[in-house]
Amino acid sequence: MKTSPLIESVTDRFPDAVLASHTYRGDATVVLGRKSLLKVAQFLKEDPAFEMNFLMDLTAVDYSAFGKRATPAFFASSGVAVKPSPQIPDEDPWPGPPAESRFAVVYHFFSTAHKHRLRLVVPVEEGDAEVDSLIPLWPGANWLEREVWDMFGINFTGHPDLKRILMYQEFEGHPLRKDYPVNRRQPLIGPVN
Amino acid sequence: MPMETTQTPQSDPAELESRDMMLNIGPAHPAMHGIVRIVAKLEGEQIREAEVEIGYLHRGFEKMSEVVDYNGVIPYTDRLNYVSPLINNMGYCMTVEKLLGIEVPERCHYVRVILSEISRISDHLTCIGASAMELGAFTVFLYMIKAREYLWELVEQVTGARLTVTYCRVGGVKADLPDDFVEPCRKAFEETRKVIAESHGLLTRNRIFVDRMSGTGVISSEDAISYGITGPFLRATGTDYDVRKDCPYAVYDRLPFDVPVGSCGDNMDRYLVRMEEMEQSMRIVEAALRDIPGGPVLVNPETGRPIPAAEMVDLAKVGDIGAISGGCAVTGPTLEGSGRAQHASIAADEKRVFMPPKEDTYGNIEGLMQQFKLVMFGHGIQPPQGEVYFPVEGANGELGFYLVSDGARCAYRVRVRPPCFAIMSALPKLLIGDMIADMVPTFGSVNMIGGELDR
Repeated sequence: MKTSPLIESVTDRFPDAVLASHTYRGDATVVLGRKSLLKVAQFLKEDPAFEMNFLMDLTAVDYSAFGKRATPAFFASSGVAVKPSPQIPDEDPWPGPPAESRFAVVYHFFSTAHKHRLRLVVPVEEGDAEVDSLIPLWPGANWLEREVWDMFGINFTGHPDLKRILMYQEFEGHPLRKDYPVNRRQPLIGPVN
Repeated sequence: MPMETTQTPQSDPAELESRDMMLNIGPAHPAMHGIVRIVAKLEGEQIREAEVEIGYLHRGFEKMSEVVDYNGVIPYTDRLNYVSPLINNMGYCMTVEKLLGIEVPERCHYVRVILSEISRISDHLTCIGASAMELGAFTVFLYMIKAREYLWELVEQVTGARLTVTYCRVGGVKADLPDDFVEPCRKAFEETRKVIAESHGLLTRNRIFVDRMSGTGVISSEDAISYGITGPFLRATGTDYDVRKDCPYAVYDRLPFDVPVGSCGDNMDRYLVRMEEMEQSMRIVEAALRDIPGGPVLVNPETGRPIPAAEMVDLAKVGDIGAISGGCAVTGPTLEGSGRAQHASIAADEKRVFMPPKEDTYGNIEGLMQQFKLVMFGHGIQPPQGEVYFPVEGANGELGFYLVSDGARCAYRVRVRPPCFAIMSALPKLLIGDMIADMVPTFGSVNMIGGELDR
């Protein structure tokens, strides 16, 4: 199993916080307990070996239907999944969804100094869907966290103005959750003011 | 006894009654390129506070991508940044290819690079043209749209469509470049260069334009990075981050180009960076057209007898396989460039991902089955379980796709990192302190594209 030096130094520094790690298709990924997110993010931003000055992306995944989705048709493909070509290194298979938790908040960091990327995955329970806001470190997290709240209903502690961004205020539910039906209609209501 | 005089409030300008005014701009406003609402708090003409409201063009791209198969997402990606759809196509397809672990032929990489650079030019032309028009330079707008028209004709010649091209496929592209592509491309670039030179003459030293552009909408490099701003907007602040140079994909590491950077991060710098990037993009295309390997395989006069496609179907129906095996069909305009002669150079060698050449679909049962296994409902590409993130350089900055697969025929989660989302979130910071009239050039230089912002 091949690990990247990035993963190793995060694991060395925060042995208790790191729940798992893997490198799939060259994307270094660290699964992290949510309590230590701010601490690790600050370390990633300030440590000279990382210098992750970009929070490139912040999103979430609802893993509640992972591997359980109904087959779309009776004759659903009996074909074999595509195997990567031998030129593409694949000695480190994907270990599957990060944890038993329903949601995972996914952060993508990038460093312009070292040109490396790191993905942080923070599993979040459904009943207690809350993680720390990264706005103190990256103001760009503001809108991204609003979008995650809008789409998944995950709270961000310390966010100054957590409200819907893409949907309208009267919208009910969180559309990217797997239990939100794709064809559900809601009345379109104009802005309040 | 001296009379006490009360000072009239009018006499002292400091005591003038001042009230903040709320001004609602948008959602549909002639100076806004998309549907977006800005609520500005004004003190006199100065913007004190601004709140940006987006989401008016939300169409549920990410939700829809979870219910259609992997190739079915490609038409939706056209509608993200609809001014440069080919870059979105390329970004999405390369993400799925990364997940599948397949590599497309080198010629296909070149074809994708050529078309995405042409798209980048047309995107920059639209952005500069529209923001110049809003500052009163209508001539420049018309010139730039004229140049864009030449480029879109090229795109039309290759893809068959002008706007929603759906050109890339997972594992390849729809069709090879047409045989006579180099000459029209040279002509289109000649015209584009003429337009860029004319626009330079009309704008770059124009007193009105420079006065309104320089010193407005300023952002520092550190601020831009902390907001996650990428692309020409970041490069105008002096940071030379470009995905094509720093995390090269496809064949960008082999092509010569420079990354122009600005110095003070104002509207003028962004304008100049975009103007220079168009020239660099043309440089990339010219080098790519020079270096592109393995041109269309010409029909071998002995084995490849081009016959009309309909005739080929008839021959296959009666079982005359000998007459058609290995033969090339004369295809209609919609299938041009995707026949057997070009297939090997545009498609990855993976039967479970890419459609067979049309000759096989018409001519033998294996080809027919391969086609059906890919297009029939309930079938399609089946990647392994996994998650990948793949960035490409979009016209506005880093366009990243994050894909999670559970091994089924449709993606489990598709996330787009839209480059102008970050810029729009920093918009209040850009506007506050400037005059209300400066909002127009600043917003123009953001190049907000509703489709990719709201998805």
